[in-house]
Amino acid sequence: MIPFQYARANDVADAIKQIAADPSAKFIAGGTNLIDLIKYDVEEPTRLIDISHLPLRSIEQTSTGGVLIGAMVPNTDLAYHPMIEERYPLLARAIMSGASQQLRNMASTGGNLLQRTRCFYFYDTATPCNKREPGSGCSAIDGVNRINAVLGTSQACIATHPSDMCVALAALDATVHVAGPAGARTIAFADFHRLPGNTPQRDTNLEPDEIITAIELPPKGFSANYSYLKIRDRLSYAFALVSVAAALELDGDTIKEARLALGGVAHKPWRSSAAEAALLGKRADATAFAQAADWLLHGAKGYGHNNFKIGLARRAIVRTLGQAARGMPQSLSDKKIR
Amino acid sequence: MTSYIGSATSRVDGRAKVTGEARYAGEFNVPGLVHGYVVESTIPKGRVVRIDTGGALEVDGVLEVLTHRNRPPMADNDLAYKDEVAPEKGSPYRPLYDDRILFTGQPVALVLADDWETARVAASMVKVEYQKEPHVTDLHAERSRAFAIDAPEKPRGDAAKAFASAAVRHAAEYFIPTEHHNPMELFASTAIWEDGRLTVYDKTQGVQNVQKYLCGVFKMKPDEVRVMSPYMGGGFGAGLRPQYQVVLAVLGARALKRPVRVMLTRTQMYALGYRPASIERLALGASSGGTLESMQHETIAVTSQFEEFARNDTGWGNLLYKSPNAKFEHRLVKLDLPTSCDMRAPGAATGVYALECAMDELAIALKTDPVQLRLQCYSDRNQGEDVPYTSKQLRECYRQGAAEFGWDKRNAEPRSMREGSELVGWGMASGVWEALQMPATVRIVLTANGHAEVATAASDIGTGTYTIMAQVAADMLGLPIDNISVKLGDSTLPQCPLEGGSWIASSVCNAIANTARAVRGDLLKLAKGMKDSPLAGAGVDEVALIDGKIVSKRDANRAVSIASAMQSGNAERITREEVNKVDEDKSHARNVHSAIFAEVKVDEELGVIRVTRVVNAVAAGRILNLKTAHSQIMGGVVWGIGMALHEETLFDHHFGRVMNANIAEYHVPVNADIHDIKVIFVEEPDEIVNPLGIKGLGEIGIVGVAAAIANAVYHATGKRVRDLPITLDKVVQFE
Repeated sequence: MIPFQYARANDVADAIKQIAADPSAKFIAGGTNLIDLIKYDVEEPTRLIDISHLPLRSIEQTSTGGVLIGAMVPNTDLAYHPMIEERYPLLARAIMSGASQQLRNMASTGGNLLQRTRCFYFYDTATPCNKREPGSGCSAIDGVNRINAVLGTSQACIATHPSDMCVALAALDATVHVAGPAGARTIAFADFHRLPGNTPQRDTNLEPDEIITAIELPPKGFSANYSYLKIRDRLSYAFALVSVAAALELDGDTIKEARLALGGVAHKPWRSSAAEAALLGKRADATAFAQAADWLLHGAKGYGHNNFKIGLARRAIVRTLGQAARGMPQSLSDKKIR
Repeated sequence: MTSYIGSATSRVDGRAKVTGEARYAGEFNVPGLVHGYVVESTIPKGRVVRIDTGGALEVDGVLEVLTHRNRPPMADNDLAYKDEVAPEKGSPYRPLYDDRILFTGQPVALVLADDWETARVAASMVKVEYQKEPHVTDLHAERSRAFAIDAPEKPRGDAAKAFASAAVRHAAEYFIPTEHHNPMELFASTAIWEDGRLTVYDKTQGVQNVQKYLCGVFKMKPDEVRVMSPYMGGGFGAGLRPQYQVVLAVLGARALKRPVRVMLTRTQMYALGYRPASIERLALGASSGGTLESMQHETIAVTSQFEEFARNDTGWGNLLYKSPNAKFEHRLVKLDLPTSCDMRAPGAATGVYALECAMDELAIALKTDPVQLRLQCYSDRNQGEDVPYTSKQLRECYRQGAAEFGWDKRNAEPRSMREGSELVGWGMASGVWEALQMPATVRIVLTANGHAEVATAASDIGTGTYTIMAQVAADMLGLPIDNISVKLGDSTLPQCPLEGGSWIASSVCNAIANTARAVRGDLLKLAKGMKDSPLAGAGVDEVALIDGKIVSKRDANRAVSIASAMQSGNAERITREEVNKVDEDKSHARNVHSAIFAEVKVDEELGVIRVTRVVNAVAAGRILNLKTAHSQIMGGVVWGIGMALHEETLFDHHFGRVMNANIAEYHVPVNADIHDIKVIFVEEPDEIVNPLGIKGLGEIGIVGVAAAIANAVYHATGKRVRDLPITLDKVVQFE
């Protein structure tokens, strides 16, 4: 841990100005991940720019019928917001599956997208890690990798994205609104997080001098047929081994539209257009779900301890799609898997 | 007057704890306090070649950086470092002593600064160069190098031959990974150096153990060192031996001549002791009728390269089950790790887990109900010593536990019970632990206003020692419990052993009884000195102290109030100090027992396990406090669930490091993992074990729980998982 300066940003423009002026500065909102990383000497910002007071705390309906969520909305407020609970219950359930009440109270919507990836070695500065020190090597590939990725990995990195909320946002086709010195732009959710490739040090396509201002949800919330199922090593307060966000639009038994995203298995929430296309026009049954699972898991590769994740994910996908099709989403209070 | 003993009395220290009035080792603030932060070794084995402390020393607020090169003097012989519970064989670790690196996480420097944050920042600037040496941390890879230690249990008959000719056999290996204690309170010590005298507030289960240790390490006289630990946020065995932070705090205080506090981080605590990983091999041979012919139990467990720590893993079968032939072996593997240590029910938590899973597997091979098999093999004698028990109500534990659980409705066939997508399994196991006493001295100071102070150097590690002592003293002195104050956790108080092994309740309570008797004798003397004393001619055991009075047991009308007796004798206070009588009698075995019944529900496709019901029926002699006793056993069951399903310290053997050294990634159960837990205390009057019939409850709650759950998982799924923890990928073969 190193000493850092603390400054508060007055508005978005001020925040951008401050971060542009100091390449070793970092924004801090809820701090639920960044503070841990600073304590572990993984992140060493010399200046923290507090953006938690920025006026980005509203949840509003957009003119096109979607919802715009301010980047500073706490996770708890988002999950309990009547409009989210009613129209986007998949998002509410995903948020409530993650962390603990105290952490969700602190964590911001924008910050949730910017959690660093999960890997024992990334957090342990005594071991080589390409994400921390590009070129030093990946210790996880031949190491303790039960929690690591099976999809979209590279020789450089097999870390996983830790968020639950992002898995739902990916499935819902959210858009990320960002602002920077050159003005505002939007990034499709699928393009926001990156695969490790040869540059595992970069988790997202957000530029260092950009700030997330809002997340936009399109009108369609799949509130009738959805489920978020999180499989983990204990029944609460643990990261996902595998999580599945599933959303369906049904016409009787027939699938008109499908969304499917995985957490805990890749460097980003994992979607496949082929998997979703494979479901279109099909009867919502286990055969179709299994085919979608095969598409979604195409190319999956285990690294030893995490081999089981592939088979687990296949079964979890089928199960979650079944829950969604039956209109019986996974309950959070009853830990029994439906 | 109601009796406090046996009642569900709320903790006398509860208010102090919830209001923050109760202070812990890291909370004693003194003017000019200096904060220390530990720099740890990043390698498991080798030497420190160079330490560059220049950068750290330049940080504003940093006072000093201590290393093995510039630390104050310390003792240079092993004996000085051997605390009461140090293994007999080996050289105890000496913190910051020399350039040798013995394990990852070993302290190599202590940064001392005006505040903790500054010390932490500066610690990250200390640069250490090492000369690495090849290391080993993997028990499985090194098992061929295991060496036998003196077997605690003698063999009987010819176990190998009897096994070979047994009608029904079961042999298998079980594995329990390394586990860490993870008490909620971080290890901390505050050392105050004043005029050549040392006062230390330490997180420890034994203030006098630490006091003697510090006297040895720093060559000080007993009256120059005082160690205090009034409260503890969980010990579980981690605080039995003096931990390195106490040495570092004293080194810092000595170097700077200022008070120093060293508090470890959660991650640093993974370089303290741990429950050793162990491979347990069981071989059971039975007659076709279902009685044991042969019992063999071999353990291979982890210790450090420099000490040989071992506990009794293998001997528990001798207590539970009759077998004419038996053989036991305990072997150790030395690894480049800190020395393993006691952790709740050391030896039994692991050994009984393996034994009770093996008995389940034998029952299946015999097509016998698991409870029935245990009754058929029931032993009324400790076969190792060939002696009967002071009491053993284990049959009643099986009966009451089974009745409460509804065991008679069990379909023996695996995978035969289901609820929707979940398979339901019922399993059971036995538990056993020791019922020991150790010598303890209790001082009672009774004042004329009817208040009594009861004192001994025990630690209350969160189990309720303050409360049970107040209860027993109140009953023995005939005073309301509010008139009793209990003082613990100070090395200057009368001698008391470490709080461990489940022996504190029996030891201190029997000592209270003896001291109270002496006080009663003094009071009787004073009462007899009164004019026309109604107690004239009465002996000390012919009177009792009841409701503030000295009362004849024969005639309750013959009584003198304590106040008037003391007033008439001009006695402002009566001070007495007595020890408990620790029986040398070897004619009986002294044990506590339990029967655990568990229900699991396992998602058939996904392998997710829920422990939906546990019944733990315990026979542990006299129960002093139903409320704290219930909590104690419930906590043991919760831990047993964690042991069965969650807990595992993950090592990267290439680096020789713990990779999940935090409580986000080292999993213990959370509320969602815990459902119904029912605790039953089976009546067990015992006049032999000790005068008050107390057996102790500290360990028994966890023993057997993991086995009951593992057996239930088998019953649910038909899949036998012998390697803990039982994670979903071990239950289901994911293709």
